[in-house]
Amino acid sequence: MGKTLFDKVWDSHVVTQIEGGPSVVYIDRHLIHEVTSPQAFAGLDERGIKAFRPENSVATPDHNVPTVNQHLPIKDELSRMQVNKLAENTAKHGIRHYGLGHPNQGVVHVVGPELGLTQPGMTIVCGDSHTSTHGAFGAVAFGIGTSEVEMVLASQCIMQPKPKRMRITIDGTLGKGVEAKDIILYIIAKISTGGATGYFVEFAGSAITGLTMEGRMTVCNMSIEMGARGGHIAPDEVTFNYIKGREFAPKGDAWDKKLAYWKTLKTDSDAVFDKELKYRAADIEPMITYGTNPGMGTGITQSIPAVETIEESARGSYIKSLAYMGFEAGTPMIGKKVDYVFLGSCTNGRIEDLRAFTNFVKGKKKADDVVVWIVPGSGQVEKQAKQEGLDKILEEAGFELRQPGCSSCLAMNDDKVPEGLYAVSTTNRNFEGRQGPGSRTLLASPLTAAAAALTGKVTDPRDFL
Amino acid sequence: MPIDKFTTLRSSCIPMPIENVDTDQIIPARFLKATSKEGFGDNLFRDWRYNKQNQPIQGFVLNDPTYSGSILVGGKNFGSGSSREHAAWAIHGYGFKVVVSSFFADIFKNNALNNGILPVQVSAAFLEKIFKAVQVDPKTELEVNLEKQQITLVSSNESESFEINPYKKECLLNGYDDIDYLLSIRDKIEAFEANRVN
Repeated sequence: MGKTLFDKVWDSHVVTQIEGGPSVVYIDRHLIHEVTSPQAFAGLDERGIKAFRPENSVATPDHNVPTVNQHLPIKDELSRMQVNKLAENTAKHGIRHYGLGHPNQGVVHVVGPELGLTQPGMTIVCGDSHTSTHGAFGAVAFGIGTSEVEMVLASQCIMQPKPKRMRITIDGTLGKGVEAKDIILYIIAKISTGGATGYFVEFAGSAITGLTMEGRMTVCNMSIEMGARGGHIAPDEVTFNYIKGREFAPKGDAWDKKLAYWKTLKTDSDAVFDKELKYRAADIEPMITYGTNPGMGTGITQSIPAVETIEESARGSYIKSLAYMGFEAGTPMIGKKVDYVFLGSCTNGRIEDLRAFTNFVKGKKKADDVVVWIVPGSGQVEKQAKQEGLDKILEEAGFELRQPGCSSCLAMNDDKVPEGLYAVSTTNRNFEGRQGPGSRTLLASPLTAAAAALTGKVTDPRDFL
Repeated sequence: MPIDKFTTLRSSCIPMPIENVDTDQIIPARFLKATSKEGFGDNLFRDWRYNKQNQPIQGFVLNDPTYSGSILVGGKNFGSGSSREHAAWAIHGYGFKVVVSSFFADIFKNNALNNGILPVQVSAAFLEKIFKAVQVDPKTELEVNLEKQQITLVSSNESESFEINPYKKECLLNGYDDIDYLLSIRDKIEAFEANRVN
């Protein structure tokens, strides 16, 4: 029987298999940020050991960093300490670190791919659930806890049981104004936030292979939001062209050798998945969420589902969720008031997202009563946006480009949405309080965010196209 | 560093019949700025537990003296969302040793096990029985036996068996830690590195 892409990558990284237990899996690339690593480094210190393969790890602060005045010391004392601790720990263990002010600093899942650190066939981990982003390159990439961060630092391995395999195929052409973000929000709305728990997902089909690398990253990024261990897409010419020439991409003969290997990284035609799902691209419209988990999403022209349509055992949680959001079941999404718009994060903070938003608002004006934060995913994205003049176009339309970081996606810095107010956000989670205590998040694509920024209401972006 | 050993536990429990309890609720992001593992228990379920003035919110189960115990019983899909191990540290720090649910998110389950917390996955029907029993008598006790992989509602003596990876079971029974094991097989890891083709 043939192997899936996942089998090929996973199996080639198993150092040893524990009888009746987990596999010991070798990790090629370990990404580190300031929030989930200090306790892991402290663990190494307690054991009196150094990082085993420091050259395989790369670190950058992202969760805590301010998105204005990054040249000044961070005001919040605890944030400053955590960011400083990362610099200190990585220096001590000889790990490459892109600190604040470094041109490569940024959201760790934006930085990895743009530097060519993310490559097909690799195993990639990070103490962050959105590590699944790197699956867009045909890697096996997933988030780990801090104990596992310590394991990787100590041994370059983690111990995990092999997940089951699922394939989600989306064939067809996406409609006007429908983006990668809408595909993944659509899938999660269909299968719920636990629908892929225990599985590693391969995304396939013409609607997926038709996406750019940025779009593929958006899809894989939110694999975790349906509970999946991770999600990935078989690498192809689009992937190889993206990687070629980047700072850490293989060069010369090494490139040719790697490329030959990468071309073998696809699911064999006779491979069998534990579960297969299929959807049609034509059925997907711009999506928006109305509740407090990413599975509570709907097509933007639809209404919030009536309570009676919800499974009886889940109704209590459903009603609680709508109460938090201040929404009534059965009401349409279009026209709901929006106070904040956030463009950014590891989901939609890449150059293509900034371009989409900017092109959409070009020559128009921001609605007066909306606060808009546009946060590039990395220093490189910021630089490129400026080179392309996006900052000027945004300025003319009443927007400003901020500095890179995770920002309002989880509001560990000052970019907090005030209690009770509504934010259309290009991020990945609409949990209670995610963007600040009491904040109310509506997840959507960059185009839907741009439409809301112009009108101050939930607006179908297709109205402008 | 060794984790707490776990063999059996008999305790009353704290019921939280809410689905999709995510790690942002277990420990909100603004409390993730510490550089040690201590003190997270104080902020467990912070925004459900305390209001803006830091006063306990009446009616939230952790503020209700009717309920006590070292077993937390949550609704389906417990621990979804972020990979933050701080969620496991908060649950451990508060004093819970077992979390029962009908479904756990993957990363949370792993993080719990790595911190000596036993995630016990039961059927939806058994979970409902626990919630009903606790509603009738808040002092209802549960007994969790790791060796036998069995959870029992003590009052009615109804039991259900639960799954656990045999390796993780061994670790919990003995307080073993994965890193000690990984350090012990460094020669195998080096051999793997030396023999890699791609």
